[in-house]
Amino acid sequence: MSEGGARGKAGAPAGGKVRPDAGTALDGLRDGMTILSGGFGLCGIAEHCIAEIARRGVRNLTVVSNNCGNQGQGLAILLKTRQIRKVVCSFVGGNPDLADQYLAGTVEVELSPQGTLAERIRAGGAGLGGFYTPTGVGTIVADGKEAREIDGRRYVLERPLRGDFAIVRAAVGDRMGNLRFYRTARSFNPLMAMAARITVAEVDKLVDAGALDPDDVHLPGIFVHRIFEAREHKNAVEFRTTREAGSRA
Amino acid sequence: MSWTREDMVRRAAAELRDGDVVNLGIGLPTEVANFVPPEIAVTLHSENGLLGMGPFPDEDHVDPQIINAGKQTVTMLPGASTFDSALSFAMIRGGHVDLAVLGGLEVACNGDLANWTVPGKLITGMGGAMDLAAGARRVVVLQTHVAKDGGAKLVSRLTLPVTALGCVRRVITELGVFDAAGDHFVCVERAPGVEPAEIERTTGARVVFAVSRRRPEPEDG
Repeated sequence: MSEGGARGKAGAPAGGKVRPDAGTALDGLRDGMTILSGGFGLCGIAEHCIAEIARRGVRNLTVVSNNCGNQGQGLAILLKTRQIRKVVCSFVGGNPDLADQYLAGTVEVELSPQGTLAERIRAGGAGLGGFYTPTGVGTIVADGKEAREIDGRRYVLERPLRGDFAIVRAAVGDRMGNLRFYRTARSFNPLMAMAARITVAEVDKLVDAGALDPDDVHLPGIFVHRIFEAREHKNAVEFRTTREAGSRA
Repeated sequence: MSWTREDMVRRAAAELRDGDVVNLGIGLPTEVANFVPPEIAVTLHSENGLLGMGPFPDEDHVDPQIINAGKQTVTMLPGASTFDSALSFAMIRGGHVDLAVLGGLEVACNGDLANWTVPGKLITGMGGAMDLAAGARRVVVLQTHVAKDGGAKLVSRLTLPVTALGCVRRVITELGVFDAAGDHFVCVERAPGVEPAEIERTTGARVVFAVSRRRPEPEDG
């Protein structure tokens, strides 16, 4: 890899973290890698990175994401191109591409409750060996996992998740890799960014160091290895609900 | 005459207490937001990372990056905050969310809940359902009394895959309000015109009737 090692450099090297586009930012992506993808459904996803992964045609990918796209968009693009071998997610509803390939046995699905998924990724990024959670006790999620009682409550041991690449989307990023997210486009993005050897940030706006106030940084640049600006995004809406149409509130 | 869907939603809204942080599940529970009693203030939590969720936007203020956990476009109220998914579920598991109103496929009289999958049907995934059921301080289920095929959904023991054990406090159906009480349900309210015999016939567990009088009709508004 261009960083010359197993992992991306956390500090900003002399050559900088900034890349011109998704193509160069995803240098080193190979068949069989694990990709952590931020966002929630089609909200807050790194659209240009997903398009670049499709263009490169790398295969047998494991994708960790709350949803593997939806309605044929987002990560579902990589299902259509048959580049994904395994998906680790919490929800597959509304995703016919994933359902078809799962039923056909061509894609493996590992379901993790949403909070457990988030914490597994956080644990991966935070260097933890796992955690005990009350979520999933007595359910199929607990099958084959260590369980224990702590202070009278039952918990199940969940293991950390890590990846080779993370692709995350942020509203603003600076040249040090510091990120600021927008609204509910944050969701899984900062967590995914923490847990990969190489984290690629796709930002709507790239600014100079110092333009983001240190107190306004949501994710410190230590977790971001490469950053590029992409001003145009589809920002697809899965369910456009409005006051007139769906609610009297 | 049993309750309409709107009656059920209104009755669920009566479970809200002033100052509660509330998470509303996808589907019918989402509509509870439309019937919050005017004299109380509640804060709505959406597990994708929003506290202080407001109603759906008007046509001119749709923002594709402000959505709820059902991926519907929503708004934020003054005082709202946004955060990442790990922090959001820390709020849920940590007992900081006072009430979750969830949909149900089966509820057992010991409080066990099944609401995430039906074997043999298309898989959908549990999303945040297991975390909410296991983590919210109080869980109220809003569901029909029987399944489409007429099978009981209030049962003595779950037949469907578990979402969480012993988590449900109360179930609201079109026939009334039922509390999980261990080896039986306690019917604390009956919908107008619903006789105990109808409830007993359509419930798959023993029912004890705590009151003979039904609750007054929900008021309009």
